Amino acid sequence: MSKGWHGKLLRVDLSAGTCNVEALNEEWAKDYIGGRGLASKYLVEEVPADTDALSADNKLIMATGPLTGTYGAANGRYMVVTKSPLTGTIASSNSGGYFPSELRYAGYDMIIFEGASPHPVYLQIHNDKVQLVAALHIWGKPTQEAEDAILAEFHGDAKVACIGPAGEKQVLFANIMNDKHRAAGRSGVGAVMGSKNLKAVAVRGTGGVKVADPRAYRDAAMETYGMLRANPVTGEGLGALGTPVLVNIINQAGSLPTRNSQTGTFEGAEAISGETLASTYLKRNKSCMGCFIGCGRVTKLSGSRYEGDGEGPEYETLWSLGATCGVDDLAAVTKANYICNEYGLDTITAGSTVACAMELFEKGLIKEEEIGMPLKFGDADAMVKMIELTAKNEGFGAKLAQGSYRLAESYGAPELSMTSKKLEFPAYDGRGLQGMALQYATSNRGACHVRGYLVSPEVLGLPEKIDPQATEGKATWAKIFQDFTAVVDSSGVCLFTTFALGVPQFAKFCTTATGEPYTDEKILEVGDRIYNLERVFNLKSGVDPSQDTLPKRLLKEPLSEGPYKGAVAKLSEMLPEYYEVRGWSTEGIPTDEKLQTLGLA
Amino acid sequence: MQKLIRIEPEKCVGCKTCELACSFKNAGEFAPSKSRIYNEVFLEEAKFITVTCMQCDEPWCEKACPKAAITKQMPSGVVFVDEHRCVGCRTCVSACPFGMIKYVAESGKVDKCNLCGEDTPECVAFCPTACLTVDEEDKPLRQKILRFVNTMKDGQVEG
Repeated sequence: MSKGWHGKLLRVDLSAGTCNVEALNEEWAKDYIGGRGLASKYLVEEVPADTDALSADNKLIMATGPLTGTYGAANGRYMVVTKSPLTGTIASSNSGGYFPSELRYAGYDMIIFEGASPHPVYLQIHNDKVQLVAALHIWGKPTQEAEDAILAEFHGDAKVACIGPAGEKQVLFANIMNDKHRAAGRSGVGAVMGSKNLKAVAVRGTGGVKVADPRAYRDAAMETYGMLRANPVTGEGLGALGTPVLVNIINQAGSLPTRNSQTGTFEGAEAISGETLASTYLKRNKSCMGCFIGCGRVTKLSGSRYEGDGEGPEYETLWSLGATCGVDDLAAVTKANYICNEYGLDTITAGSTVACAMELFEKGLIKEEEIGMPLKFGDADAMVKMIELTAKNEGFGAKLAQGSYRLAESYGAPELSMTSKKLEFPAYDGRGLQGMALQYATSNRGACHVRGYLVSPEVLGLPEKIDPQATEGKATWAKIFQDFTAVVDSSGVCLFTTFALGVPQFAKFCTTATGEPYTDEKILEVGDRIYNLERVFNLKSGVDPSQDTLPKRLLKEPLSEGPYKGAVAKLSEMLPEYYEVRGWSTEGIPTDEKLQTLGLA
Repeated sequence: MQKLIRIEPEKCVGCKTCELACSFKNAGEFAPSKSRIYNEVFLEEAKFITVTCMQCDEPWCEKACPKAAITKQMPSGVVFVDEHRCVGCRTCVSACPFGMIKYVAESGKVDKCNLCGEDTPECVAFCPTACLTVDEEDKPLRQKILRFVNTMKDGQVEG
């Protein structure tokens, strides 16, 4: 193995303090490609499903794909795979920036962290020189300060992924930040890293990535560049306005969950839109490694009552810290976003949990004395304060740090948590967009938008326009999107490229990079295999099919306004068909026959 | 007239595709450390700066080479390293004030940008924002002059 994959993984035993290089399992690499798929295979083989996510028995895998570090589309991604402390499901969180590619230039396809260090450490990788070093001096530091300290003492050109204080304190939705502003955001992967006393990974690599057929690979890249340039979303929208372009679009579609999903239309949307951000705090746009799109927002709070600079907020964050908290103050949203990045918090769950607390407060289920202040929808300063307390795991923030499900449950109202499988929804209302309702209910890591982004056909009309309210056919759409996305996440390419690129482009990239023949059919088969692998792990961990559902609010309370006024999420019309399309039993269990076909039995 | 790679930093988004394209074509692998063009990202300032050999008219590297392995070729203007003559002594590496020629351990020779010979420079072919262009004429300079001229024009009182 020398083309596409390096064929090398780094195994770090934090309990013993050892670092060893191992050959990558070739058969698994071919069957699961890399990234999310291959790391999931290792996790499933090595970690029993009933493992306590925050115990030393859990493992944390940082995995690149065979395309990570190359050009072609936006080929600079990695995946963090572990068992999630928030949901109990398998977790895989994706990030870009420069760190993932640097890991490949150092010569590794993935790192498996196992055990737990008795004291804070971080990992230094300089090509084949790898060592764990003490991290007591950076423990407690915010992510950007920690990164600067590591660059100063290790190597100025190193790339760093690290946790912030939230990860150290095992806030259940802590993330892992890399290159200061990029996040492996969801499912609490940062809490797992914190439980292992691992502050950071710093890597400097001076090698390269080879592909099997350079000429054909270059041709494939030239073709995709043309497609990305010609596509209105990747060639224009994402560069100019970034993901915040969606605020107005989704609000107009009546599907911007507002005030903890009480409605799907936010009267303050314009004030927190991509257009407003572009005319106020946006300095310029920025790419990750090898990215053609450049959706990153470099921002600075100037002329407002808050201070700071950094990247974002992204669309989901404008919604989570904005619309769903009823907050239309862009400066406050931007400030809270910076706090999340500095302390290492998933902005989606953080904001949605504050929104849940706001509703609990307004309904009289939480008293002002307990919070220490009133907490009403629309109170921007209170939202910022709650995010800060969550990030520090202090005061009422220690309750918020458990996520909205545990919070709402502790006050006797779990139905007010806008979650599936204990993971908070992102910024699309499943009542307006029926495909997203099905996707939330069936996503293997809980309510997540980046496992099958049906917003693309339902709202943006890519690859073709489908009726957001229709339920017919959504099961098939969901399955194909979920399977294809699993491959994209495994290859090392950014999901955003799929607005313009389809299965044939990925088949071509994977084939010419690795030398293994990946047909279109094989690509989707790999996706199906990964999806079923994750499903079986979840079932074994106790997340049964009864959890393939949505909060009562989405199923029973109709949208009160907007183009889809009166709509509820018609999950029961789609779920049986989904199980059937997946080849699962009517109870939602993958059949033996299905698993045998995929080589999983 | 000699062609040069023209660089407009304000158009750059820091994707380093130029480094990837260069190393893939000239070193056979995606390896920024082997690129002949350098894209530096300054996260805090949100500035992205790209530099490469500007094919000097009076190259320091050429003057320093004791084996006459480096020549300024005309009419292309490319400062070219003859690998058959290069002995890997690295005198040129010391001489170039910009760090744009480097020693490569694998080959035992020095390496620098040659504008990809007869082809369009690969970095230019793959630059997603047209931050990099290749031209005989310095069009970015012309654009700057026009911006200045327009400022002056706008300040003129009518009549």
